[in-house]
Amino acid sequence: MVTVTAEFIENYYLIIINGEVDASSSIHLDKAFQEAVQSGYKKILVDCKNLQYISSAGLGVFISYIDEIESKNIKLVLFNMSEKVYKVFEILGLHKILSITDTEEKAKVLTDEL
Amino acid sequence: MNYKFKVGCSKNKLQSIRQFIQQTLDNYSISEVDKCQLVLAVDEMCANLMIHSHHCNAEKKLELSITIENDEGITFEIFDQGKAFNILEYKDPQLEHIIKQKRKGGLGILLVKRIMDLIEFDYDANKKLNVCRLHKFIPIKEQKE
Repeated sequence: MVTVTAEFIENYYLIIINGEVDASSSIHLDKAFQEAVQSGYKKILVDCKNLQYISSAGLGVFISYIDEIESKNIKLVLFNMSEKVYKVFEILGLHKILSITDTEEKAKVLTDEL
Repeated sequence: MNYKFKVGCSKNKLQSIRQFIQQTLDNYSISEVDKCQLVLAVDEMCANLMIHSHHCNAEKKLELSITIENDEGITFEIFDQGKAFNILEYKDPQLEHIIKQKRKGGLGILLVKRIMDLIEFDYDANKKLNVCRLHKFIPIKEQKE
């Protein structure tokens, strides 16, 4: 089960993921991502503090939007990720492709720099 | 020690499979990161079998068996009656291709291969079932209360 919330803070689009993203629940993350990418916002932050688990179906959501994010010049940063979830991104080398940092403040600075 | 769990081939049962593995491994001294990766590998393999061998038909069953041996590590066996998966036909996908093609799937088996030390697909003639065996060489001991 996962719930995904969108919050708008000035010019940042904040996605908050709560719960476990697997083959049955990744559709909810996908829908949230689609809305974010199509919103017109150029800075998307993803709060992973309560992301307890992610499988390839969830990673697939991130992967499938990388091209669109680049072509639309959107800056995407993930933050607050637990060690065990970060390791899953690392297994596939996604930590080198996606921007991942520890705090919301650093994530905001990163979207300004990217 | 051996533990067993039987479940219908419905994707919303994946959470109960993960819970079963988590609770089983909670009795053993193993790090949270290792535990999470073992759970992930089995979750991926079960999701693949449910989707590709059983088309998510909840009437069809998967049986998961966990065997833990202190010196040998941990073995997961997934038994089913579906269309057998041929791992020889599986080629590791390139991440760059998946990004370009905007694909959402195709990385599950790669995760399993990177996490586990041995992956075997076999047929159990006694049980008349396919068996997928995943093994990890990892020092593992029962947790003392």
